[in-house]
Amino acid sequence: MQELIKRAKELLADGTAARVLGWRRGDLPYNPEPAFFEKEEDLDRFVYDGFCGANLSKMMIEASRLEGKTLVFLKPCDTYSFNQLLKEHRVDREKAYIIGVGCRGKLDIEKIRAQGISGITAISGAENDGPDTLKVRTIYGDRTVNYGSALLGRCHVCKGKEHKICDEQIGRSRDTKDADPYEEVRAVEAMTPEARFAFFQKELGKCIRCNACRNVCPACSCRKCVFDSTSFDSAQKANVDSFEEKMFHIIRSFHVAGRCTDCGECSRVCPQGIPLHLFNRRYIKEINELYGQFQAGEDPEATSPLTDYLAEDPEPGIIEERG
Amino acid sequence: MQVEDKKEFRPKIVAFCCNWCSYAGADLAGSSRLSYPADVKIIRVPCSCRVNPMFILRAFERGADGVILCGCHPGDCHYSTGNFYTRRRMTLLFSMLDFIGIEKGRVRVEWVSAAEGAKFSATMNEFAEKIRSLGENVRLGDIRCRS
Amino acid sequence: MYKITKENLRALFREIAGSRELYLPVEMGGQVNFGVWDEDAKVRLDVLKTVKSPKDIFFPQAETLYTCTGSGKNIRIKPQELKDRDFVVFGMRACDVRGVKVLDQVFLSDPQDTYYAARRAHGILVSMACGRPEESCFCSTFGIDAAAPEGDVAAWMTEKDLFLKPLTEKGEQFITSVESLLTKAEDEAETVEAEQKRIREILEKLPYRNLSLDGWDGGATEEKFDSPIWETLYRPCLACGTCTFVCPTCQCYDIKDYRTAEGVQRYRCWDSCMYSDFTLMAGGNNRTTQLQRFRQRFMHKLIYFPANNQGMYSCVGCGRCVEKCPSSLNIVKVIKAFEKQGGGANV
Repeated sequence: MQELIKRAKELLADGTAARVLGWRRGDLPYNPEPAFFEKEEDLDRFVYDGFCGANLSKMMIEASRLEGKTLVFLKPCDTYSFNQLLKEHRVDREKAYIIGVGCRGKLDIEKIRAQGISGITAISGAENDGPDTLKVRTIYGDRTVNYGSALLGRCHVCKGKEHKICDEQIGRSRDTKDADPYEEVRAVEAMTPEARFAFFQKELGKCIRCNACRNVCPACSCRKCVFDSTSFDSAQKANVDSFEEKMFHIIRSFHVAGRCTDCGECSRVCPQGIPLHLFNRRYIKEINELYGQFQAGEDPEATSPLTDYLAEDPEPGIIEERG
Repeated sequence: MQVEDKKEFRPKIVAFCCNWCSYAGADLAGSSRLSYPADVKIIRVPCSCRVNPMFILRAFERGADGVILCGCHPGDCHYSTGNFYTRRRMTLLFSMLDFIGIEKGRVRVEWVSAAEGAKFSATMNEFAEKIRSLGENVRLGDIRCRS
Repeated sequence: MYKITKENLRALFREIAGSRELYLPVEMGGQVNFGVWDEDAKVRLDVLKTVKSPKDIFFPQAETLYTCTGSGKNIRIKPQELKDRDFVVFGMRACDVRGVKVLDQVFLSDPQDTYYAARRAHGILVSMACGRPEESCFCSTFGIDAAAPEGDVAAWMTEKDLFLKPLTEKGEQFITSVESLLTKAEDEAETVEAEQKRIREILEKLPYRNLSLDGWDGGATEEKFDSPIWETLYRPCLACGTCTFVCPTCQCYDIKDYRTAEGVQRYRCWDSCMYSDFTLMAGGNNRTTQLQRFRQRFMHKLIYFPANNQGMYSCVGCGRCVEKCPSSLNIVKVIKAFEKQGGGANV
């Protein structure tokens, strides 16, 4: 982390970057917030550890409109999102100085709490080059947590630790992938239609329509969302009828189909723990199977599957026929 | 004569038809005196590609039991390629509806040219029959819109 | 003072639910929220904070106000029926109970909101002391005692028993209605006092225990409003409504019409000042930037509300926003940011 701060100070001092986009230490051991740093002395509160799960690439849309370059720290998975935004002309490459930061997987505070831990006052060992065990100090006594057991769900299906775009790279990464990304999707597919319907009714029934999943999504970058239209008579801010949550989540994920890099931010931020990535991953799985393997954000030159076609594409009837 | 107590289920079907092929196909069906169920309500769109997934969901929200989308045959689009995009989009949308547990067959895409009045009529008859067999759409509608 | 053993709680819930609706923290899809009790409900009284506050039992996220039917000039208006049966909310925390008092200030003052008033009149609040406060809690900042919650009945959970103490007439009636299942425990006041002492000792160790509201009052509008601090504070805000929707005191709502098969339903639903269409009018919006919307939320809670309600803040320190904000922003960070700037004790 000190290396990152040192380099950021250098780049601010030599005028390469006008500001730094990173994470600022929070007031609890696990709640750093994304932040812009304009002055060298502000960087004293810069932090990069296991709790810096927030994907900063979407904030580069705003930063691309500012004067001068912004030094941004991107984790390997964040670089896919940045590439995708680049392809859609939402960010300006010339306005970004990208430092690819190493990553050994990011932590999910809910998974730490799920181990019966509360009243947390300090956590040590969350640094990127830290140990395998977190020491958690709480008002109810000290506890230890295995780093791997508290990883965000998305880190278990990591796309790899290679930065797809960056100007320089600092810090080491550790492979965290230990599950098949489509396993969860397949488990749902294996259910009967009635069971699938009941499953989604239960999961989406928790939705409070806070729109955090939409607003955090680096692929959701429309200036005005269709769901913010005042000409709708449905609520948009509440699920008056269970139809509304279905419509919202189908459309939200459809709008990013072919563009979603599977960064997992939607599921990370959901206050009700809805497995929102299931929607996106189902689209990705179908795209891969029907139109060929595609990873959004891997190659900014590649054509997105939904803005492309082949004369011999299967007919929509395939969904009904395949049983 | 026996009087059937149960009211026969009359499905509500929305058909989005592209202006250049399928809507003309529907016209031809009419002028050729080929019948199709009165339960099918046609909405004309400039191209099948104009149909946003939201259109289909909104139709279900407001009480449709089945939604069918008709356009020019692939390769014959008035705008050259519109229906190729439709095909991918609708495949993915239908896949998602299946994923969340909506009965297969409530949505369909058919390619009907301006010369295929008979196909239009046959398609609509067959689709209406399919929806009748699936029964009322209860999983994907807004309860407030049900009468 | 009464008590009931933990094993008998199920029987108690069954008894309550026999004649009234019973709401309590239940687990659904891995998350704990207030829900209606039934035999299959997975009751989680051990969970300190439900994701959403129990606010929506009194002020639902969406509710129909009335329905218009008819055609032409013949329009019939059918108001929504008001709540007319008693119900019990079991296991509210001290902060949640205070949250309802904040809502009372808004909805029970003139002109009274009849829908809300009916629910308040029929609702019986059974609150529970917080046996295991968490690091995000800061209710003491607002003078709330998590060891002695308000409500109609207060409850304390010890290792074996749940102790109940009626605090109001409604609470007395509630106790009478389930008395057959309770044991009198007048001589065990010490057990409860010991539990209270234990809780207060924990509260003294919480990281936010010294959070100070110095400088936040109804008179500080201009000083706070014009501060440049907001410009850096708001930046990570995603403009989502998580903080407002999990908050026990946020009370803004929107009113819309929905065309149903039978007529037009006028309904209201929660709104969030974080949303771009909040208070949108024909003439446009009076808050056009996220900075303004972000500032509105905290100014309302800590300045405008106390200015209009005899100094009562519309934050109760439940800490739900601390836990749930996707960008880790929250009211505590706002208070602390101003504290650093404008003197006051550093926390």
